[in-house]
Amino acid sequence: MKRHLLSAADLSRDDAELVLSTAAELRSLADRPIKKLPALRGRTVVNLFFEDSTRTRISFEAAAKRLSADVINFSAKGSSLSKGESLKDTALTLEAMGADAVVVRHGASGAPHRLAHSGWVRSSVVNAGDGTHEHPTQALLDAFTMTRHLGSLDGRRVAIVGDVLHSRVARSNALLLATLGAEVTLVAPPTLLPVGVDSWPVETSYDLDAVIPKADVVMMLRVQRERMNGGFFPTPREYSRRYGLDGRRMATLQDHTIVMHPGPMVRGMEISADVADSDRSVIVEQVTNGVAVRMAVLYLLLGGAQPVGGDE
Amino acid sequence: MSTYLIRNASVLGGDPVDLLLRDGVVAEVGSGLDAEGAEVVDATGLVALPGLVDLHTHLREPGREDAETVESGTRAAAMGGFTAVHAMANTEPVADTAGVVEQVWRLGREAGFCDVYPVGAVTVGLQGERLAELGAMADSAARVRVFSDDGKCVSDAVLMRRALEYVKAFDGVVAQHAQEPRLTEGAQMNEGELSGKLGLTGWPAVAEEAVIARDCLLAEHVGSRLHVCHVSTAGSVQIVREAKARGVDVTAEACPHHLILTDELAATYDPIYKVNPPLRTRADVEALRAGLADGTIDIVATDHAPHPHEDKDCEWAAAAFGMLGLETALSIVQETMVDAGLLDWAGVAERMSYAPARIGRVADHGQPLEPGSPANVVLYDPSVRRPVDPAGSASLSRNTPYRGMELPGRVVATFLRGRPTVLDGALV
Repeated sequence: MKRHLLSAADLSRDDAELVLSTAAELRSLADRPIKKLPALRGRTVVNLFFEDSTRTRISFEAAAKRLSADVINFSAKGSSLSKGESLKDTALTLEAMGADAVVVRHGASGAPHRLAHSGWVRSSVVNAGDGTHEHPTQALLDAFTMTRHLGSLDGRRVAIVGDVLHSRVARSNALLLATLGAEVTLVAPPTLLPVGVDSWPVETSYDLDAVIPKADVVMMLRVQRERMNGGFFPTPREYSRRYGLDGRRMATLQDHTIVMHPGPMVRGMEISADVADSDRSVIVEQVTNGVAVRMAVLYLLLGGAQPVGGDE
Repeated sequence: MSTYLIRNASVLGGDPVDLLLRDGVVAEVGSGLDAEGAEVVDATGLVALPGLVDLHTHLREPGREDAETVESGTRAAAMGGFTAVHAMANTEPVADTAGVVEQVWRLGREAGFCDVYPVGAVTVGLQGERLAELGAMADSAARVRVFSDDGKCVSDAVLMRRALEYVKAFDGVVAQHAQEPRLTEGAQMNEGELSGKLGLTGWPAVAEEAVIARDCLLAEHVGSRLHVCHVSTAGSVQIVREAKARGVDVTAEACPHHLILTDELAATYDPIYKVNPPLRTRADVEALRAGLADGTIDIVATDHAPHPHEDKDCEWAAAAFGMLGLETALSIVQETMVDAGLLDWAGVAERMSYAPARIGRVADHGQPLEPGSPANVVLYDPSVRRPVDPAGSASLSRNTPYRGMELPGRVVATFLRGRPTVLDGALV
């Protein structure tokens, strides 16, 4: 693996499969009474969050702590965009504290890339979501969740539905799932597909009803409230009718098809409550798997030399 | 005042001749001129061009003296072979009154490294709401003839029409920063395959082209002349080409960085490559070069845009738009146009001296190197190659996108009205 995890494109198929198999070993910890391993004892992981994201931060925090790392949470509200302390000065501060890994969430696309490549810090940088660019650990946990239900992803059909234009989850998933051999179809109104999407390793469609009956996985993306009034589509109701996953549409899925959502959900908008709470929904399991996958990423970036599980 | 005899200069790339500069003018041109009492400058192997004229420079003073001052900016200009620059109006306060343009003009005279022609704002405070006192700026000591809200677009069609009409009274020109604001809200880089991949908000070519097309039609309708700043797309070149063919009185400029750099550089997320308008694709670069070669693009203008280090040493979205340009412009034109066989040195003189002086109605610059012309001369060695070293810049800022790139050519000497501002490649 590379020293940093900035983009799902940084992962070769071997890398990705190593993360997933490592996560599978670590996942079994979650079912034990003592959930801790000594693998990263004495190492320091900094969670540097310039954007509110309670669930991702908690997930990384739990992952680092279960590997016995010291964890520092740094919520830098107000990046240099809002004239607070600059990303650079924050990075220099963390460097001075001796961070081994920096997990960064930032509203600006490319901020983790700058952190990793500007000579500000020497530690490993993990992208925990940057602007509308990428969120590679989310893609890893999604792939991990899919493999637990479907086995190998080779030739599996994954529909990713919603605001692809602004979604870092969609970008990372498209890249990683293609690496793992899945066939991805992005489904969105034309206004929410990025320019140049035809060069991505995916299919696209404007027609949800045509795509989902063949899908093995249907992943719904959140539609952010601020997009609803941005003229990307006429009304939330129209969006729900055309691109929402409700009980009627769920009835057209194959028996084994799972429904995913990276959260937080807008129930009644992109996904109806009965779908979110149905047996097909693996949304809660995604959260559990998130900790295991992030443990695997931190372990492989920082500790990778020793076998997982230490002396056991 | 000293007399200078320039020996064996290749004027516009022609056969070597001597040039005698005396009393601020080119006194004689010929072979074996008498050096009596003159300081001799050996220009063997050097190309002599008329002093370069930049129609698009940001000198940042007043307001952002941490980025550039009139003095430091004109030093950089002289090092780049310029004898005249047009200082853009987006200072703090904005150059939208006779008082501010006269201040900038006076600072230029005091600095003495090149002539400074202030550009006046089209609208009060660059706000795009009502016309600034264009006539007062035209009548001031600064004698403003170029008006621009550069950095912002005069997007209101009525306001643009009125500005185009109004400046006819004093033979002015509106230099439009063509950027449809709604199509570029939050825009960070050229819209295309790469912007989608990088998650940086796209800046579509149509946002530039739609405004240029509209302005050409407006200028045609009211019979005014129009200048288009920093043309960056192939579509814009074609729109200007078609307008000129119809007889519209439109001129256009291209910036050195748009002639050589492409949007691929945004993949580094290093905002040293962040500029307005953004770096475009290879096809756009080729179209700009072709347009500059065939005269569709009249001039090269630097859009020299100094920024302090902290405004570039950050994440892309937080960084300022713009890059340095004065000291590297001629080298880039050599690399992309002359060495590529698209333009000869006479063509360079036209695009970087005569034409910008004509557009800006600057009488004392952009004259052929003939007896009686103002002695504004640059001596340039096209035979050397050198890496760009930001630390060596005369600008107060260091935001050059060419760091470490090897570029051809070197300005050996610049003369402003017969007085050297640069000799032996160093400021005098």
